[in-house]
Amino acid sequence: MTYKVRLEIFEGPLDLLLHLIRENRVDVCDIPVATITDQYLKYLDLMKVLNIDVAGEYLVMAATLTQIKSRMLLPRSEDGHDEEDPRKELVDQLLEYQRYKGAAEDLRNREEEHEEVFRRALTGESIEVADNTPPEDVSLGQVSLFDLLKAFEQVLGQIGDVGRHEVEVDEMELAERLTFVMKRVGSKGTEFTQMFDEGTRRIEVVATFLAILELIRQRQIRVQQNGIHGAIFIYPIMMERG
Amino acid sequence: MNQDQIKAVIETVLFVSEEPVKVKDLVELMSGQANSDAVESALADLEVDYKGRNLQVRQAAGGYRLATRPEHGWWVKRYLKRTTRSKLSPAALEVLAVVVYRQPVTRAEIEEVRGLDCSGVLHTLMEKDLIRIVGRRKVVGRPLAYGTTTRFLEHFGLNSLQELPKLGEVSNA
Repeated sequence: MTYKVRLEIFEGPLDLLLHLIRENRVDVCDIPVATITDQYLKYLDLMKVLNIDVAGEYLVMAATLTQIKSRMLLPRSEDGHDEEDPRKELVDQLLEYQRYKGAAEDLRNREEEHEEVFRRALTGESIEVADNTPPEDVSLGQVSLFDLLKAFEQVLGQIGDVGRHEVEVDEMELAERLTFVMKRVGSKGTEFTQMFDEGTRRIEVVATFLAILELIRQRQIRVQQNGIHGAIFIYPIMMERG
Repeated sequence: MNQDQIKAVIETVLFVSEEPVKVKDLVELMSGQANSDAVESALADLEVDYKGRNLQVRQAAGGYRLATRPEHGWWVKRYLKRTTRSKLSPAALEVLAVVVYRQPVTRAEIEEVRGLDCSGVLHTLMEKDLIRIVGRRKVVGRPLAYGTTTRFLEHFGLNSLQELPKLGEVSNA
């Protein structure tokens, strides 16, 4: 049996692109396509290593990027006519998406502020409890999935090159890994890199990372990051008895 | 009724009401004894009166309600033995953002903006009563069009959609 992660927390190929653009500190309107495409494909590889079910849209975007990259290499026509920048359509799409992402951020702030305000409860209204919410509602808090993947990549990088071979996770019992992670996190929490001992086999690193994702989904742990490129910490979510 | 009496009635009604109370409802309640001008000025007075108190008179979803203050949220949650209200996922917020600014909007249009399938998220938002079907487009396939609900306003502590900034003015990139 191969364990397939199906997390609904991906915000899509456009989000990944914006993330890469921000990380490279380049202008959305002047994307270095070759660099960004390489990094984009690297992320897809990483998701494959994790056996994450990559949505088809990510592959479509990969194809689009590759196509733009090759069109950028073509010599410009010599009749002097300004040809349209092959990146234009993608740039427009990114800018549009960025506007809505900003609006979503604004909504998040309002939600957080309003979350602290209470009104009279409706008679007999049961209080919304978080744990029967569908998987779409998984929130990583302040750490994006991309940040986690990056941290994971760094740990993998210390072990050896990110290979392209299939990794079988079946020899690791996931349940065992979940317990391992919870133990490591303890009651006070720990730093992400502390989850992986020196000399850990690659397969164990992958299994541990999958277990972390699973525990986030189950709302047993939460992750937090100090600053944009800071260390990532994992904390247990204490269940209050209701 | 004099201003103080009107204020007293309104404050009392706000206290017992479970839903935001609309000016229209208050005028109807005190019909013949207070007109909408008197009600509105009494409400404005009440809002000011509550400035220094531990509760607040707050506009929400087109009406007024008594609510706690954010700085006491921690104690309320502790009392209710609840960790946190279920928050919306980043994906849900993105879809909501598109619906808010583009409503009535079809699923295809939302997916075009996000570059990702969003049928699951739409379903969740419908279940949470944050969006609803507002009609069908008069194009081939007659796709459903979505819009936001009153519950949406309440969830984000908004009085009306006009309170939201214009699209692009909140860009955080």
